[in-house]
Amino acid sequence: MSTAGSPRYPRRRARTAALLTATTLLAGCAGAGDLAGGDGRTRLTVAIVSNPQMQDAIALSPRFEEEFPDVDLEFVSLAENEARAKITASVATGGGEYDVVMVSNYETKMWAENGWLTNLQPSIDASPEYDHDDFIPTVRESLSYQDDMYSVPFYGESSFLAYRADLFEEAGLEMPARPTWHEIAEFAEILKAPEEGRVGICLRGLAGWGENLAPLNSVINTFGGRWYDEEWNAQLTSPEVREAVQFYVDLVREHGQPGAATSGYSDCITRYSQGQAAMWYDASAMVASVENPADSLIVGESGYAPAPVVDTDTSGWLFTWALAIPETSEHKDLAWEFVSWMTDKDYQRMVGEEFGWPRVPPGARESTYEIPEYAAEAEAYAEPTLNALASADELDPSVSPVPYEGVQFLRIPEFQDLGTRVGQQISAAIAGSVTVDEALEQAQRYAETVGQTYQK
Amino acid sequence: MTTLDATTATGPRPPTSKQRRAATRKQGWARRAPLLPALIFAIIVTQLPFLLTIFYSLQSWNLVRPGSQEFVGLANYVAVFTDSTFRTAALNTVLITAGCVVIAMLLGIGLAMLLDRPFRGRGVVRTLLITPFLIMPVAGALLWETTIFHPLFGLLNFVLSPFGVDSVAWVSQFPMASIIVALVWQWTPFMMLLVLAGLQSQAKDQLEASATDGATAWQTFRLITIPHLRRYIELGLLLGSIYVVNTFDTIYMMTQGGPGTDTTNLPFYLYQRAFLGFDVGQAAALGVVVVAGTIIVATVALRMIFRTFGREEA
Repeated sequence: MSTAGSPRYPRRRARTAALLTATTLLAGCAGAGDLAGGDGRTRLTVAIVSNPQMQDAIALSPRFEEEFPDVDLEFVSLAENEARAKITASVATGGGEYDVVMVSNYETKMWAENGWLTNLQPSIDASPEYDHDDFIPTVRESLSYQDDMYSVPFYGESSFLAYRADLFEEAGLEMPARPTWHEIAEFAEILKAPEEGRVGICLRGLAGWGENLAPLNSVINTFGGRWYDEEWNAQLTSPEVREAVQFYVDLVREHGQPGAATSGYSDCITRYSQGQAAMWYDASAMVASVENPADSLIVGESGYAPAPVVDTDTSGWLFTWALAIPETSEHKDLAWEFVSWMTDKDYQRMVGEEFGWPRVPPGARESTYEIPEYAAEAEAYAEPTLNALASADELDPSVSPVPYEGVQFLRIPEFQDLGTRVGQQISAAIAGSVTVDEALEQAQRYAETVGQTYQK
Repeated sequence: MTTLDATTATGPRPPTSKQRRAATRKQGWARRAPLLPALIFAIIVTQLPFLLTIFYSLQSWNLVRPGSQEFVGLANYVAVFTDSTFRTAALNTVLITAGCVVIAMLLGIGLAMLLDRPFRGRGVVRTLLITPFLIMPVAGALLWETTIFHPLFGLLNFVLSPFGVDSVAWVSQFPMASIIVALVWQWTPFMMLLVLAGLQSQAKDQLEASATDGATAWQTFRLITIPHLRRYIELGLLLGSIYVVNTFDTIYMMTQGGPGTDTTNLPFYLYQRAFLGFDVGQAAALGVVVVAGTIIVATVALRMIFRTFGREEA
């Protein structure tokens, strides 16, 4: 409970009163009767992922409570995996513990289709100052079902390639405007310097659908590979996928970081920020650490190139953490007030003024990039981030047509499980305990089991 | 029973075999009846869920895909048996269980031998040695991971730093060893207590006799103590295995089954499939397979227990 700035006893008395009147309130709480009832206090339970930007939001939440003195916010803040499991279980079974949940563009459409989330479009349309046209179009589309938004973005990320411009210059190399993966592999070979403890490139190897499969999937797509053909036949042993995975595994084994099989996003942050890697292909959210003097030894040394490609025009992924209101919530109006407060333009200014501009949640609104202070702060990476987000193609990620949506994931309910298990196989291939072929054989069996349930 | 009414009137007669059977049956029910509520309760809380699990295991059903439930026969079981991760998890289960139980037993015997002789402060030492068994497994695992194995703040690296070992990420570089060490720490006291009970029931006159016959301490230990301890050791190994097979909390807290699937055991794999993957059908099939395996192992184990006790009594 964040009850900062208010004397304790009155609030406690008020809460006792709330308990006493809770039974009478339950009847009148649904719908628009929320603000009625003089002593009616409402508790909003918000399930949220405990990333830094969300922690900032929790720290700022007393300001929301000042605006709505009758509301008590209660945050359930968990690490990504636990949060996902809990939120999914709660929403899927109609548990109704949460009034606001943090979901991503992976869940939103599926859950909207299942009727588990509240349609936010009417509320959005009713508040013009909220300006939903300001959301980056690809991000808005990824959170919409039948043209209505069912969750609103808190921040968004794509992927790009960070590289040490100073090292490129020393070596007399130049990063092309649109690098290909084979060029990147050559650069990695030239730039690795084992004697200085520097690897050519850092790539995730840690198993997980949100870990190594994110960069790997964007590689598979651009090599022309796909998980399924249009009849839902698994394609993980197809030549294209095999070539892509072999390329990724070879690249990370030959020019990547040691212990890559257990090294994920946070490990790559450390390595790249400490100058131990010449390149790093990963989420655009990395800039918050790479360009932060407190964490990084190489502030201002990096250039940012679009996600490398082979056969597609772009290969950057699209991911966004967003806020949604489960259909089971009994305080939808107040929940919307909170959701819109946390995803509003004013909120971004508040974070910038309170905590500094690098901590503004990026990649959700175009107007973020028009704030002069932010633009000055983010000069090196604002444009690459925006371009990557704008060009991410969820509907047509690969060369051949696919029956699913999504770049670094497949928007099917089974993917959390399937992706993690395939990720474990890839991780084992990176560790060298199985060959790429063996890993893909097993992955193909997993994918077939899932694919069969769609072949009706 | 009209015939019976007629006969009882003419005085007592030896009961027919039919009557005797009825009487014993009646007696049997009189003895069973008080136990019935417990039996019915046990059936309701254990067997009904199991039957449901078997039913679910024949379905393809993903919890986050409404309307995906359909009958698929034994396809889930085929998937389980062709799953290399399942084999890895089964192997890891055996490795964790055997490694932990055997090492804990050896340490337990050693500590029990030391505690068996009187010395000043024995009570305190015994209490301290039992403590790990009383600490909650989750708290124990957290302590091992954060205060001992942690690459930066861990005591282990701090202690080893004079020897040029520092910043070793124990849990991620030696995941299996880390898990087994934490489990051994947790289970050694259990083994120690069992063996200590065995040692204290040893006949002192045998020991005196062997000393009089000029046997060395080692010979006494090998030829008299160990045979005497045999059934205590067997009991410890079996009970320990039954508990450690189900280890979940230590793995969840320390490695989350990783890196990759290096420390995924069957209970943790089951948890992943059910509560992170929401794949009800396959998780149920996996559960049934694990239960079947456990029943087979437990039956063999219990037979061995009964055999040793049977021998003792004979």
